[in-house]
Amino acid sequence: MSDSTAIAHGAHDAPEHGHEEHPAYLRHHFENVEQQADAAGFAMWLFLLTEVMFFGGLFTAYLIYRNWYYPAFVAASHQLSIPLGGLNTLLLITSSFTMAMGVWCAEVRKKSGLVLCLVLTFVLGLGFLGIKTIEYKEKFEKNHVPGSHFSVDSFTHPDLDNPVTAKDQPLALDMARHTEVYFSLYFAMTGMHALHMIIGIAILGYMIFRAQAGAYTAGHVTFVENFGLYWHFVDIVWIFLFPLLYLISRHS
Amino acid sequence: MTDQKEMEAASHHVVSPKIYVAILFALLVGTAITVGASYVNLGIFNPIVAIAIACAKATLVVLFFMHVKYSSKLTKLTVFCGLFTFLALIGMTLADYISRAWGRW
Repeated sequence: MSDSTAIAHGAHDAPEHGHEEHPAYLRHHFENVEQQADAAGFAMWLFLLTEVMFFGGLFTAYLIYRNWYYPAFVAASHQLSIPLGGLNTLLLITSSFTMAMGVWCAEVRKKSGLVLCLVLTFVLGLGFLGIKTIEYKEKFEKNHVPGSHFSVDSFTHPDLDNPVTAKDQPLALDMARHTEVYFSLYFAMTGMHALHMIIGIAILGYMIFRAQAGAYTAGHVTFVENFGLYWHFVDIVWIFLFPLLYLISRHS
Repeated sequence: MTDQKEMEAASHHVVSPKIYVAILFALLVGTAITVGASYVNLGIFNPIVAIAIACAKATLVVLFFMHVKYSSKLTKLTVFCGLFTFLALIGMTLADYISRAWGRW
């Protein structure tokens, strides 16, 4: 993810200067701009593959524990709000779209369009985190956060739960205790996802200032393009998290 | 020189915004279907349908938003290798967990 370090020399990037001339952003160990862009894209994908393995491990753990403690996982997943999760899915998918449009604006050198797309992506990302905060707050209030304050009351006495959870049968205490495993995985997976969002939003903030200075609309789009790959990857993780955590146990 | 220009044209494929709008629409429809399907009792098919829709949505994002459809063979191979390794690791892990308690279910 090498950033353009030479906005001031942007005038150099016109190819008609001849063979000796090359854009200031071309590092000397690359033959040409295409090779540099290909290498950067390849490296970004290798990084994303390590991310796939990282989240893949969490997904595998979720799959196995869900099979072991199935009744606990079903009851615990009924604590999540589908409207809030669905709204977050809409926000994230839309932010992925605005990011893709941002990459397009950079490629066709539309500076104001790029800034607008980055700001929209930034705002949608913050909206996602805001809704996630509402969801986490409810978990803290109902003592559903794993740890010494964790309470199984919602699952041993679902009729006293506030708000009453669907028509869940009460769980025996030993099975109800395993809901803590569900919430551990819930917080690990959505928490790591949220951390990736926070990092992405921080980089977006930096990119908005750089884009206003014209850094990405002078031909060197690698940074925006590779950040786009990262943002879309974070979107894909949520595309799997939402059905697996919120939806699949709705009827069990 | 001509070859190089052709290569440049190939590696600098700019995806049209129309495609992005179409993909956004498809992803929103996919989200609506997956939420709708979760309210219908499909028995063991509920998780299968949910994961199938999620895989379809992820494929759209990878191919179009992430430009893999228009990328070099190296990028395509990299993505495929990663996916294959990931599925192999999950497959082997699950094979282990399924067979450990074989006959003691």
